[in-house]
Amino acid sequence: MKRYDLIVVGAGPAGMSAAIEAAKHGVHVVVFDENARPGGQLFKQIHKFFGSKEHRAKIRGFVIGQELLDEADKLGVDVRLNSTVIGLYQDKEVVVQRNGEVEHYKGDSIVVATGAAENMVTFEGWTLPGVIGAGAAQTMMNLHGVRPGERVLMLGTGNVGLVVSYQLKQAGCDVVALGDAAPRVGGYGVHAAKVARTGVPFYLGHTIKRAEGTDHVTGAVIAQLDEHFQFIPGTEKHFDVDTICVAVGLSPMSQLFKMDGCKVVDDRKKGGQVPVVDDLGQTSIPGIFAAGDVSGIEEASSAMIEGRIAGLSAASFLGYIDKPELDEGVGSNEAALDGLRQGMFAPKNRGKKIENTEEGIPVSTSLLEHGFVADDEIERFPGVTHRQGIHPVIECTQNIPCNPCQDVCPKHCIKVGDHITALPQLEPDAQCIGCGLCVASCPGQAIFLLDETDVPGYADVSLPYEFLPLPTKGQRGVALGRDGKPVCEAEVVSVKRTKAFDHTAVVTMRVPADMAMRARFFKATDDVQAPAAPAAKA
Amino acid sequence: MGTRISEHPILGVPQKGKLVSFSCDGQTLQGYEGEPVAVALRAAGVMVHRYTAKRHTPRGIFCAIGRCTDCVMVVDGVPNVRTCMTPLREGMKVQTQYGVSPVPFDQQGARPGSKTASEGGAR
Repeated sequence: MKRYDLIVVGAGPAGMSAAIEAAKHGVHVVVFDENARPGGQLFKQIHKFFGSKEHRAKIRGFVIGQELLDEADKLGVDVRLNSTVIGLYQDKEVVVQRNGEVEHYKGDSIVVATGAAENMVTFEGWTLPGVIGAGAAQTMMNLHGVRPGERVLMLGTGNVGLVVSYQLKQAGCDVVALGDAAPRVGGYGVHAAKVARTGVPFYLGHTIKRAEGTDHVTGAVIAQLDEHFQFIPGTEKHFDVDTICVAVGLSPMSQLFKMDGCKVVDDRKKGGQVPVVDDLGQTSIPGIFAAGDVSGIEEASSAMIEGRIAGLSAASFLGYIDKPELDEGVGSNEAALDGLRQGMFAPKNRGKKIENTEEGIPVSTSLLEHGFVADDEIERFPGVTHRQGIHPVIECTQNIPCNPCQDVCPKHCIKVGDHITALPQLEPDAQCIGCGLCVASCPGQAIFLLDETDVPGYADVSLPYEFLPLPTKGQRGVALGRDGKPVCEAEVVSVKRTKAFDHTAVVTMRVPADMAMRARFFKATDDVQAPAAPAAKA
Repeated sequence: MGTRISEHPILGVPQKGKLVSFSCDGQTLQGYEGEPVAVALRAAGVMVHRYTAKRHTPRGIFCAIGRCTDCVMVVDGVPNVRTCMTPLREGMKVQTQYGVSPVPFDQQGARPGSKTASEGGAR
């Protein structure tokens, strides 16, 4: 039986971070993962992450994943793939299944970073091929370049449901609708808004009644729910879809802790059965640590920080670092973690109905109920102003820990301030040069540039665009409103792509001046006419 | 029914291994070496991976990360292989799984064992 200082279970963001941090301090560490590739779910995350610089904000998940692997590689971290940890026993004995054989290892300390599994809802036809988890959709399209289907119904409006809907559209799938049994959108409003403005309808307070098809999905029926979550007769809506994507939350995969006798509790705010851990990520058994989603569902950004803390804790437990060194390392990580756990979507606020922003502005009810901020709500937010000349319009309406807009502007026009969840504002004397960096960098794609003075009677609206085919200069089409409905004709006057934009194009369209505050997405005319011809479905 | 993405706005042109042939229920299909068998099947339009033992209802890809076991098939004669976790190789023999057998239910039991052995138990 081979012995290691530290055995890490799971090579995702938390596990790799733990291994890196421990290896940095001389700990002899091995990481086991059942998958053929390391990185966990990070490589499926193709959107730009939220947060601040220290959280790697505005960098796409898969890029962060690659950086993590490179760092581990440099430190010589031993990652064993295709190795499933099937047991964690007394005295830190780890049993690994590899190539059909069972191997035994002994760790002087253990970090369990097994992540989470997707939840499921059951409905008539839910076992039909074509009903898939949102994670499966990401795996197929973002890792392997295969669309899961052509026409998709998404169930769930948490961040996973919203982000994966957007990614499905990026992969070229048609997302016909999002449904959620909850009365309000669960994820970030900005994620919802970037889906809604492309024309995808949101059905809140609705859930799926049945999947249709004999051997695979050919359709789906959703219906509205009453306050007791019972279907309201006569509200059924049918969709022709070949794929039903389910994104109804995640549950920690904490089975290993139970095997070893670590104290485990049921904590709804953390997503289910989680180990009881102290500030250092240590469980009730000294030397066994937990990090990432397995200790409570959060984001990959927080998983990486928890992993670093667990790695430092293990190094300290093993005697590789002394108390001051531990305190110093943990302190800065805890500050970073604390930064991510602020705002409306903080773990402590889960399930709470929030009526006002931190600034005391009433939140957009349309955003929560329909996925987009209504035209008569948008102007009450501080980032939305009218100015002479070109200037950003920042449609950021919820308190989220995120500030790349403040950092990227070369003219320092945008201010979030030290309080990272504050809604961004335009500095009073802002000298915007129209570079588009804020538009391309905002992880929520909530910043637009507006120029109402360039051509009389017209306004130029610049927007972030991450789909193919990219519009071209001179192309005519229609501008869609925040609700995804056509508001006016539009002509593309510029398409900017630079390395600093990181694959987000900044498309500028010219619209009638009175549409400046309404037009938020461009659709080529061919695209619009095609689906408009057949009558809308009942 | 999945189709392959030729170019992605963020990820560019998908990087794939070499194009290889494999068989599914005797039909020759193509996929890329190293991609999960399940993905190659989805790209080829195969939705049903197996029929359940008790109720004979179809199952296909569900989680795609090796958790749910819905996508298991008979691969090279071995039943219950998670196709979402199994890399595709040239010449692989993939079969729809009926219960735990590659033999359709209506042909099972007539001559116990013999058919299963001849069709699926080659290795």
